[in-house]
Amino acid sequence: MALFGAMMVITSKNPVYSVLWLILTFFSISGHYILLNAQFLAIVNIIVYAGAIMVLFLFVIMLMNLNHTAEPKKNRWVKLAGVVAGGCLLLVLVAALKDTEIKQQTAEVATGGIGLIKNLGKELFSTYVVPFEISSILFLSAMVGAVLIGKKD
Amino acid sequence: MPINYYIILSIALFCIGIVGVLTRRNAIIIFMCIELMLNAVNLLLVAFSKMHHLAGKAVLETAGTDGQLFVFFIMVVAAAEVSVGLAIIVMMYRNIHSVDVNFLNRLKH
Repeated sequence: MALFGAMMVITSKNPVYSVLWLILTFFSISGHYILLNAQFLAIVNIIVYAGAIMVLFLFVIMLMNLNHTAEPKKNRWVKLAGVVAGGCLLLVLVAALKDTEIKQQTAEVATGGIGLIKNLGKELFSTYVVPFEISSILFLSAMVGAVLIGKKD
Repeated sequence: MPINYYIILSIALFCIGIVGVLTRRNAIIIFMCIELMLNAVNLLLVAFSKMHHLAGKAVLETAGTDGQLFVFFIMVVAAAEVSVGLAIIVMMYRNIHSVDVNFLNRLKH
């Protein structure tokens, strides 16, 4: 389902449909997080990605009124070359995976408590407290930058 | 569940994102494909963190927590990036009335 949604994202002509398919993809990725018992990340994924970021995308698309302007035709050879390049990357990565020894290992599903919010919070505010504060500064500067760029000069 | 299922799913999502970036010309769709690639990496990090937890649970109780915290930081960076990127796209649309990336080749000259 995630793969189908992702395929529809890049094949939809209309950007609004593309955003909606991307939301479906994010929801199925959140389903995988819940399967892996990472509930905190699943909820954050739904709230931040499917909620905030996708609404921002939809808002920008609606603001620009792009939904009925046709995308100009691209050269077919460029498109074909892109698909071939992506397929080659897929082939190389899968072939590299076949030679590794990691594929005998398993990821535990539906058990284990490291994805719960208690353990994550403990770790985040003890070991990773400095990166956490730095990321808050990053957010502040991104906010200032977005306002500054978006301002009419 | 074997780890290579998750690896193959992530590789496929990442490659779909790459193909999208290479073939589409709409700047917003290129941004969405970048989000798709970030999410593929996030899924892989969570799967590896659970794998590591299963392997190192006996030694350390919280083995594998780091991976999920990295996913958290990736989400933070992605949110900041999207806000700045969409502001740039809005400004570009205001100047040249298009979101086609091929109109942006003036930087070449």
